[in-house]
Amino acid sequence: MKMHQLSMFLENKPGRLSEPCRLLANAGINILTLSVADTQQFGILRLIVPDWEAAKGVLEKAGFVVNVTEVVATEVVDQPGGLATILEIIEEVGLNIEYMYAFTFRCNDKAVIVFRFDNNDIAVTALQAKGISVVGGVELYERARQ
Amino acid sequence: MSEFWHDAGCVFHPVSAPDYLPETQLKQLQLHRLRAVVRRSYDHVALFRERMQGKGITPEDIRQLEDIQHLPFTVKTDLRDTYPFGLFASPMNEIVRMHASSGTTGKPIVVAYTQEDLRVWSSVMVRCFAAAGLDRGDIIQNAYGYGLFTGGLGAHYGAEALGATVIPISGGNTDRQIMLLKDFGATAICCTPSYFLRILERAPELGVNLRDLPLKAGIFGAEPWTDEMRKRIEPEANIKAYDIYGLSEIIGPGVANECSAQDGLHIFEDHFYPEIVDPETLQPVPDGEEGELVLTTLSKQAMPMIRYRTRDITTLYKEKCSCGRTVRRMRRIARRSDDMFIIRGVNVFPSQIEEALLAVEGTAPHYQIVLTNDGTMDDVEVQVEVSPEAFSDKVSVMEGLRKKLSASIERVVNIRVNVRLVEPNKIARSEGKAKRLIDNRKK
Ligand SMILES: [Zn+2]
Repeated sequence: MKMHQLSMFLENKPGRLSEPCRLLANAGINILTLSVADTQQFGILRLIVPDWEAAKGVLEKAGFVVNVTEVVATEVVDQPGGLATILEIIEEVGLNIEYMYAFTFRCNDKAVIVFRFDNNDIAVTALQAKGISVVGGVELYERARQ
Repeated sequence: MSEFWHDAGCVFHPVSAPDYLPETQLKQLQLHRLRAVVRRSYDHVALFRERMQGKGITPEDIRQLEDIQHLPFTVKTDLRDTYPFGLFASPMNEIVRMHASSGTTGKPIVVAYTQEDLRVWSSVMVRCFAAAGLDRGDIIQNAYGYGLFTGGLGAHYGAEALGATVIPISGGNTDRQIMLLKDFGATAICCTPSYFLRILERAPELGVNLRDLPLKAGIFGAEPWTDEMRKRIEPEANIKAYDIYGLSEIIGPGVANECSAQDGLHIFEDHFYPEIVDPETLQPVPDGEEGELVLTTLSKQAMPMIRYRTRDITTLYKEKCSCGRTVRRMRRIARRSDDMFIIRGVNVFPSQIEEALLAVEGTAPHYQIVLTNDGTMDDVEVQVEVSPEAFSDKVSVMEGLRKKLSASIERVVNIRVNVRLVEPNKIARSEGKAKRLIDNRKK
């Protein structure tokens, strides 16, 4: 099970990050999680939202370049070793992690880690075969509401 | 017109004979050819005929050379507006070759040649090589691009007509260029001066000292360059660096070339009639005064150009040259009447930057060149908008793109620039077109 992630190109300037967040808030779109990968010059904002199509429309209308990427979200126990298990499984099937970021929910001792693998399908199969819970978009959204 | 100079009995290359014509003979020849080319254009090129009619003149009104001033100008956009074949004065069954510009925006510029045009082109290229001291027995490595661009094939056939040995290596692949310079023992190279600088920089990294090679001459053109570049190139490579001038609209390379005196370029006036005009008023200025170079092709058949505005700023002068040639010389092109800028001694056109970006992305993105000076050195930043096609959610891909763009620009213009990726639509546009150059250097 994969889910959609939006990514956007941002110039690395003060205040640039707040604009997309404000745009989405004004449109009533909740951001489940975001991460920023930045260099000295620019940043890439990655967003997970419940309604990615609506969010994409809002951002593009404001002139941003928005990509939609499929990522894999897995649930692990939020404690040392949780991540190591996943990494081992991925290594075993010979995949690479393009990038990853984690977030935790309130009132929950589990963390969700978002991955982009070089082959998401193989990764999902391998993770599920080892009993790792792969979370879908809707599921994640429901959980965030709890 | 008989080729009466062919047995001039001189020590110089026989094809170069017209370079030494006495002024009166040259003028006779020019007038004869001017009348013929005006007639030809009037009869076969609608745009020219209509402009003549608009001015109320006919080909018969051209009675002396000075009457050329009454003729209408031709400009680059005329070639675009009549794309592709609107300015051809020969039927297709007489045209044996076409070339075209690598225009990055809109339609390219198309030029055509008859068999006779190609013969003339080769002969003026021979005169360029001869002026640079080359002859049968020389090995000429031709690193101008072969293909639609006039540089490669123009220099190629000229070198063959000279009787020299041609290495048709075309542009690019610097390591291979250096290997062949060494292994084939080229005595001359044809390329853009900026590309030769690249070769100069790369050679030591490959353990090659250009000074030790038989290379003795460089025929550098297709872009404006400076005496500062010559001062650097000549001692570092132990060669003579000659400036060649030409443009596709007129014929390609071979309009003018430096001689052994390296003091201005001799224009092959028997084929290309030069005028200098004030770029604002378009009024002729006398020899010795600076202005825009305007050229008329006196013998071109397939695509004659009448009073073509080159946009190149130079000066014509007819003081006797130490080499003995009598045709007038023009000063090295230092600037153009459009938007070239000079950075760290290198002349750069926004169009070159655009071509470099195009080479990486496949389409030319919106960009802007920002020049600054921190008090000691000029700095160039090229801001490039990230297009949806080019955008990736991976930092490594974006960083790679930035580096590729920067390397491509450096390859083309031979200066290091900082490329900054910017968000789409961040570069201000007026009338849909971005302003390409922001010069924030303190004057
Ligand atoms: Zn001379």
